[in-house]
Amino acid sequence: MEDILSQAKKVAEQAEVFQISTKVTPIHFEANRLKQIQDKESTRTALRLIKGGKVGFAQASGFIESRTLVEMAVETCQFGMPAKFNFPNPKAYPKIDTFDLQIGAVTIDDMVELGEQIIATIKQHTSDILCESSITRGIASVHIINSEGGETSYNKSFFSLSFEGVLIKDEDMLFVGDSHSSCHPILDFRPIAEEVIKQLELAKRNVSISTKSMPVIFTPHGVASSLIAPLVSAFNGKLVFDRASPLKDKLGEQVFDKNFSLWDDATLPYQVASYPCDDEGVPSQRIPLVDQGVVSHFIYDLQTAALANTQSTGNGSRHGGLPTPSPSSLVIGKGDASFWDMVRDIKEGLAVELLIGAEQGNILNGDFSGNVLLGYKIENGEITGRVKDTMVAGNVYQVLKQLEAIGNDTRWVEGFLLTPCLYCSSLSVASKAG
Amino acid sequence: MQDEIANSLKGHKADYVEIRLEESKATRIIYRSNRLEEIGRTSSLGGNVRALVKGVWGFVSFNNVNKLRDKVELAINQARLVGKETSKFSQSEPVINVVTAETEKNPMTVPLALKKQLFDEYNDIILSTPKIQTSNIGYNDSQRKITFANSEGTYIEQTKIDISLRLAAIASEDGQVQQIGLSLGSQGDFSAIEGLQEQVKQMARRAIRLLSAPQAKGGEYTVVLDPVLAGVFAHEAFGHLSEADHVYENKRLQDIMVLGRKFGDKHLNIVDGAAVPGLRGSYKYDDEGILATKTYLIREGILEGRLHSRETAAKMGEKTTGNARAINYLFPPIVRMTNTYIELGTLPFEDIISDIKEGIYAKDWYGGTTSLEMFTFSAAEAYMIRNGKIAELLHPVMLSGNIFVTLGNIDAIGNDLQMNQGGGCGKREQSPLPVSNGSPHIRIRRCLVGGS
Repeated sequence: MEDILSQAKKVAEQAEVFQISTKVTPIHFEANRLKQIQDKESTRTALRLIKGGKVGFAQASGFIESRTLVEMAVETCQFGMPAKFNFPNPKAYPKIDTFDLQIGAVTIDDMVELGEQIIATIKQHTSDILCESSITRGIASVHIINSEGGETSYNKSFFSLSFEGVLIKDEDMLFVGDSHSSCHPILDFRPIAEEVIKQLELAKRNVSISTKSMPVIFTPHGVASSLIAPLVSAFNGKLVFDRASPLKDKLGEQVFDKNFSLWDDATLPYQVASYPCDDEGVPSQRIPLVDQGVVSHFIYDLQTAALANTQSTGNGSRHGGLPTPSPSSLVIGKGDASFWDMVRDIKEGLAVELLIGAEQGNILNGDFSGNVLLGYKIENGEITGRVKDTMVAGNVYQVLKQLEAIGNDTRWVEGFLLTPCLYCSSLSVASKAG
Repeated sequence: MQDEIANSLKGHKADYVEIRLEESKATRIIYRSNRLEEIGRTSSLGGNVRALVKGVWGFVSFNNVNKLRDKVELAINQARLVGKETSKFSQSEPVINVVTAETEKNPMTVPLALKKQLFDEYNDIILSTPKIQTSNIGYNDSQRKITFANSEGTYIEQTKIDISLRLAAIASEDGQVQQIGLSLGSQGDFSAIEGLQEQVKQMARRAIRLLSAPQAKGGEYTVVLDPVLAGVFAHEAFGHLSEADHVYENKRLQDIMVLGRKFGDKHLNIVDGAAVPGLRGSYKYDDEGILATKTYLIREGILEGRLHSRETAAKMGEKTTGNARAINYLFPPIVRMTNTYIELGTLPFEDIISDIKEGIYAKDWYGGTTSLEMFTFSAAEAYMIRNGKIAELLHPVMLSGNIFVTLGNIDAIGNDLQMNQGGGCGKREQSPLPVSNGSPHIRIRRCLVGGS
């Protein structure tokens, strides 16, 4: 890395080298049986230059001569965007716990046993179910150095356990599932098994639902699959700067329900989306995005922040290219109602557990529309069964403007979202008749 | 290197072993509004070993391509640790071949300056359209040389070139935001994405017209799909279900997907095949070294075939189809589609819509997904059909349905097959894989549309 930086400094005004090395061991169960054991090692090195005031970029996986990488980056500089920022050299970084040595003590046998246990537990409840499960153990090392004297590195451990089951009766398929991830090893499969069994219980019977507007409860998985994609794009500083976000002029305004709060938080200990610094070496923080319904911040990387005349929020994240603003962990604040309080409040309605296709709509406008892959009908304050052939459509800003209630219990979904259930008073539901 | 690979594969106690080495170069260019936001080059060198022992796979991936024999041993030992069953893997004759990329205008030889000039022009067209708020352009090209060898004596080198381009125009007025996109791709011919000025202009204008369009009312409609969207429908609604890895260890799904079952009327033929030349999903050998084929999934409405890897073919007692694909060396090959399409019918477009009293004409692709039983896909452009005529423009619509029912509800197939080369397919973390899909215009009765 030092060699790349020193060669780059000779030809450019500023330079930065980012390196990430990972070692990941996933094991996969398919059709109730262990199918595959993987061992993946990879190293990626990225060079960013500022030359002639413009940004150049090149990266390599595997071996590359320093000289070649520098030449590739220099070639792109002449066309690159004008650099509005300097590479950072912060005095200090927050201490964020992202590494647990215990991860190294988990053996493949332990992982196999975990998978076998969860499958056995679910099959004990529903013997005909076909199970898939993945258990992943890994470590990542990140190292960043730049020509301005900035240098930082950290290690992260991660572990995840996911389960998916399908139950087929004639041509009716029921999909259930849950997952959990942490920087600690996950040795207890029971929380996931309990969630899956809850889904199986609630979905025991298929019931029909009418086509009309009705109250809808989004469970934590429902929130993740329906409402999050539009919010992630709306709070992206880049879309705000381009005036493509519906929130572009709403900073400081009451846009959401006064009980709705949302943070981006990279500082939570032992969460897989946490980090002491982002992918360009900016210290991480906890950023309030919505504070009691008021839009309070957007998320930025260095370049976008400079263009927008503000500060990076430590959200520069690399997805195979240059850093770009991305959330770390998103956290939605708790309310005071339980899921069952919400259910009891509804005469006729729907609880959405999983929506597919919601991200395919016009998410810039906040629209979402999708097929209810797993959802429950509510009648007279009780869940009566599972709905099928049903679509919901709505707009995130309308849904979140006035919430009937917010759940008093939060849970992690998909490793990056901590959310309660959200209850909205009216949403369009369309169902196939008969 | 060929000798080292061959030696690394010799003398192991495994049912099957393969090595894949991959060397690639790629370019990525991103515009956002009037900024060329990212221009970067990537180089990659890596590989993997996959070993089958007693029914379990060991898989090892790496960037350091030295000491291949150690990696082979690691993969085998992992699998041996837990393997308890008998491996099933279809027979294949060893192949030795070198396949080069045949291309009209290789993107690797087009200077960055010329690429930038072209995209600048497209971007200017979008941004100079009144009421357009912003634009997005994403361009990727890659050339990869893949060396594949296995313990049966196969040694294949293949070079593949891929190009993808997505343009989007975003219009905004009175707090409302609407966008329209255009996705294109090619297996290595840069000229496929040149000369699009007129299309880009039309796209930007449509984004503006969407601002004043109403939203469809949710419910069931007779829906007519254009060739692009019908191709996405073929991919989502049936292609994924035809991937044998969903079926091969699932007895109940095997009962549902039994060959010979009637899925649609006699006019319905659905095909997948990498042996159909010149498309983004085309290749000579798949990532298990099996020669590409063309497979009828549905012929005359009847389920005739499905897509296989060597393992799924062996377990189901069917023939391999050459559909095992890996997006890169970081992943093992899994069963994937290649070029998927509904074959030509006989009806002109006018006849397809002429007897629809109230329906929806849905065009162009935005996205699609499936759960095997249920599918959803979204149209970028939609119109009401009233009394046999195309009527007012609608906001983009989302269509959804049950696969087993919907294919039988196709009651008209057009005479105008077109293939769409844009986009890519995602499955189990491996995305976006180059594929193409296509269809003539089709009409579906009783299709569920999400809306107000």
